[in-house]
Amino acid sequence: MTMYNDFVIRFANVNGSGSASANGMFAKALYRMGIPVATRNIFPSNIQGLPTWFEVRVSEKGYLGRREGVDIMVAMNAETLADDVASIKPGGYLFYDSSKQLTWALRRDDITEIGMPISTLLLPEFADPKQRGLFKNIVYLGALSALLNIEFEVITGMVSTQYKGKDDLIAPNIHALEIGRRYALDYLDAPLPIQVRRSDGVGDRIMVDGNTAAALGSLYGGATVCAWYPITPSTSVAEAFEKYANQLRKDESGRRKFAVVQSEDELSAIGIVIGAAWNGARSFTVTSGPGVSLMSEFLGLAYFAEIPMVLWDIQRAGPSTGMPTRTQQGDLLSCAYASHGDTKHPLLFPSTPRECFDFGAQSLDLADRLQTPIIILSDLELGMNDSLCDPFAWDTKQRYDRGKVLNAEQLEEAGQFGRYLDVDGDGIGYRTYPGTHPEKGAFFTRGTSRDEFAAYTESPDAYQRNMERLVYKWETAAKIVPQAVVHDAGEAAGILYYGTSAAPMTETLDMLAEDGISLDRIRVRAFPFGEEVMTFLERHEIVFVVDQNRDSQMRTLLVNELELDPAALIPGRYYAGLSISADTIYSQVKAYFEVTRRPRIKRA
Amino acid sequence: MTFVAKPKVHHPLLPVSDLGLTRRDYEGSVSTLCAGCGHDSVSAAIVRACAELSIPPHRFAKVSGIGCSSKTPSYFLSKSHGFNSVHGRMPSVATGANMANRDLFCVGVSGDGDSASIGLGQFAHVVRRRINMVYIVDNNGIYGLTKGQFSATNDKGSTNKKGVPNLHEPIDLVSMALQIGASFVARSFSGDKRQLVPLIKAALMHRGVSFLDVISPCVAFNNHNGSTKSYEYVRGHGGSVVNAEFFARHEEITADYAPGTREDVRMPDGSTLQLYKLDDDYDVHDRVGALNYMQRRAQEGDVVTGLLYVDPNTFDCHEVLGTVDTPLNELNETDLCPGSAALAELNESFR
Repeated sequence: MTMYNDFVIRFANVNGSGSASANGMFAKALYRMGIPVATRNIFPSNIQGLPTWFEVRVSEKGYLGRREGVDIMVAMNAETLADDVASIKPGGYLFYDSSKQLTWALRRDDITEIGMPISTLLLPEFADPKQRGLFKNIVYLGALSALLNIEFEVITGMVSTQYKGKDDLIAPNIHALEIGRRYALDYLDAPLPIQVRRSDGVGDRIMVDGNTAAALGSLYGGATVCAWYPITPSTSVAEAFEKYANQLRKDESGRRKFAVVQSEDELSAIGIVIGAAWNGARSFTVTSGPGVSLMSEFLGLAYFAEIPMVLWDIQRAGPSTGMPTRTQQGDLLSCAYASHGDTKHPLLFPSTPRECFDFGAQSLDLADRLQTPIIILSDLELGMNDSLCDPFAWDTKQRYDRGKVLNAEQLEEAGQFGRYLDVDGDGIGYRTYPGTHPEKGAFFTRGTSRDEFAAYTESPDAYQRNMERLVYKWETAAKIVPQAVVHDAGEAAGILYYGTSAAPMTETLDMLAEDGISLDRIRVRAFPFGEEVMTFLERHEIVFVVDQNRDSQMRTLLVNELELDPAALIPGRYYAGLSISADTIYSQVKAYFEVTRRPRIKRA
Repeated sequence: MTFVAKPKVHHPLLPVSDLGLTRRDYEGSVSTLCAGCGHDSVSAAIVRACAELSIPPHRFAKVSGIGCSSKTPSYFLSKSHGFNSVHGRMPSVATGANMANRDLFCVGVSGDGDSASIGLGQFAHVVRRRINMVYIVDNNGIYGLTKGQFSATNDKGSTNKKGVPNLHEPIDLVSMALQIGASFVARSFSGDKRQLVPLIKAALMHRGVSFLDVISPCVAFNNHNGSTKSYEYVRGHGGSVVNAEFFARHEEITADYAPGTREDVRMPDGSTLQLYKLDDDYDVHDRVGALNYMQRRAQEGDVVTGLLYVDPNTFDCHEVLGTVDTPLNELNETDLCPGSAALAELNESFR
């Protein structure tokens, strides 16, 4: 029986061997055939010579979370061959370069071997060994087009687009594709029973990575100053911002309407952002966990001195240097309460590239409105992998919300100006940009305590009044940050998740439903938690809280901030560095019901 | 520490500038530093320099780190915004402020602990980034606010109040600034207003980082016999190599300085920097020569002051980055948002 559009294929390569481009074309070809795909790059913290894997989940049903087990292994790395062969699901396929014989010890009875003498085939074709190495990837792509029944014109079309301007590369690449395809059609059992066919599953969706989306959102949202220090997996946000700003943000004479500063460290990066924001420019920085640790002192300053700024934390597996090229949601607590003293920072949790784009712009508004740092917690899984999402959209009528800023005329009209006066009762004062008015509105910004008029004070009353006002501001924040997405059908139990744990959730719930377990769901999109989060948690007897970290940090935040009974919040977690899979969540939820023997029935 | 505003009344005969302002319009609140602190003289010199240049007193961005020095932006230019940030990080905040609005005069005040110890990295990088700012270090060789510990600029063998000598090598910020490429480097003494005011004026009109290391004795903890940063020591061992007079475009040239070889340096904005060299062999445009000269004189125990190096025809970070003339903080949606048509094309590129 032929199975269409439902498998996991994994490419095992050596990093620095040029495989990324061929593997990317493979995924894009399926996308262009309308088939839902999700890509995952599992790479080492290294430039050349170490093992790297690229996984593509193909799912007609649109299940785009990671799935355990591999159906087709394209094994191009001798070093990892044994593990790669072992990871294939029974009934799956091993595609390998048979120029060198597979050792008997690696052979399995329950999988199908597809050997193709790629190196031997290339020997007479290309004299340069380096070229032979690069074209190896293209040859297996050609072979896969035959084995999986990928429309060949889609791939050749992509080669032509990819090498536009380098026309002398097009012919040899297409030739290499044809070598692979021809061999597969002539000597292998192509196509396989697992294959693809054109679909309308993709719909209008685009395929993009979250970091590119974050950069574009920041660009559309009017960020003018980006300061950053390179750190995986956040680097590509800043690089994409600079790339697209160079394309879209220059004046007629080619001068830039933005400034990107690659600073000497993360402390400097956030200092630049705070200085720019203080002086009225929308500014942001990007980093990962270690950078957040370094930025903590400045985050406290920005909280206390009330400076609007945006920080993207593309999380990776900690603690310390941890696994720098693996994903995790490990920075919730360190970001929520970053810095000494009583500090709290609003957090946003995007789940898709589209949400990265939206939050990229919205966070700049929120920062200006709330006059405080907004931290966006993305992760490596979302940031560095291409995934499907709704196309980016921008309402041309939309205006930036610069928050409460007084210009010279308003200062003239205003009777009294006190930077930290709570005029409107929402905990947010009015600010002025430096240099606005010859006589009025100047104030001194400091990390030390001050009164409503920004004058230094050590008065216990004034200090406490200010700290209490920051609590009102926090309550204001809870009302305007993005609300949770709730689906409440009246079940007794629910599941709460955020960020990239959304990717496998539909599949998880479908799997549970087959076992008779129905859960209501809530996807939290921001901290502080809005009322809808409290309502959901209070209404359900138990709620599973899905975290991609060891210590259930979201659960801790919920318990701590909403004063909930921890017994009603059941931790579900995965933190081993790959993205969380439906199988993982499913088995944890199922085990809970089996152990506790809780009824799975709907509420009357 | 308290916040005390200065009374607004002033002497009727104080000169009035073309903006209709007097020097009092450039002052800040009353200083809370110790009586006789060198830092207050530096603040007074800043007030005087800004007033003489007749810059609108609200068009500055004052930035500082942490420490006695970093409190001083409260004590000058109260019509401008100030930002007392975190320890050692003034340069990054100044960088951001300058990125956001290139039209404001950016004045950063730091100390020797703030710049040579905790903030040495930021000091170095703001210099190499060529941020258009005046960077003043009030250098007293010790940590004042924590009561007299040695800082990294304290000379080896110089003692604290109890007579205990400093055992470690000093960091010379002036040499570092020269090495990293600062285009305006000067050292002065808080007790020498005549030298300091023209240097600050020239620094304000210079494009790029203007670095001023001002030896500013701490009367509470480092003004004793064993100290090399005391009033007495600097007066006894200090020697100007190049004195400067600075005349903005609108100012009449009236210099009557001590004898020496005179050189007029034209600044790009049309102002004039007049230099009086006390040592004929000294070339103020020779970076390597300046380094050699300073190190030789330092070995002899001399504190060389004056304008040590200047390259008037330099450029700043905005020119390096190619940013627009309009301050970035004045750009609006029309300038910044590429619009929905461009977004449709972007979406297409992700298909």
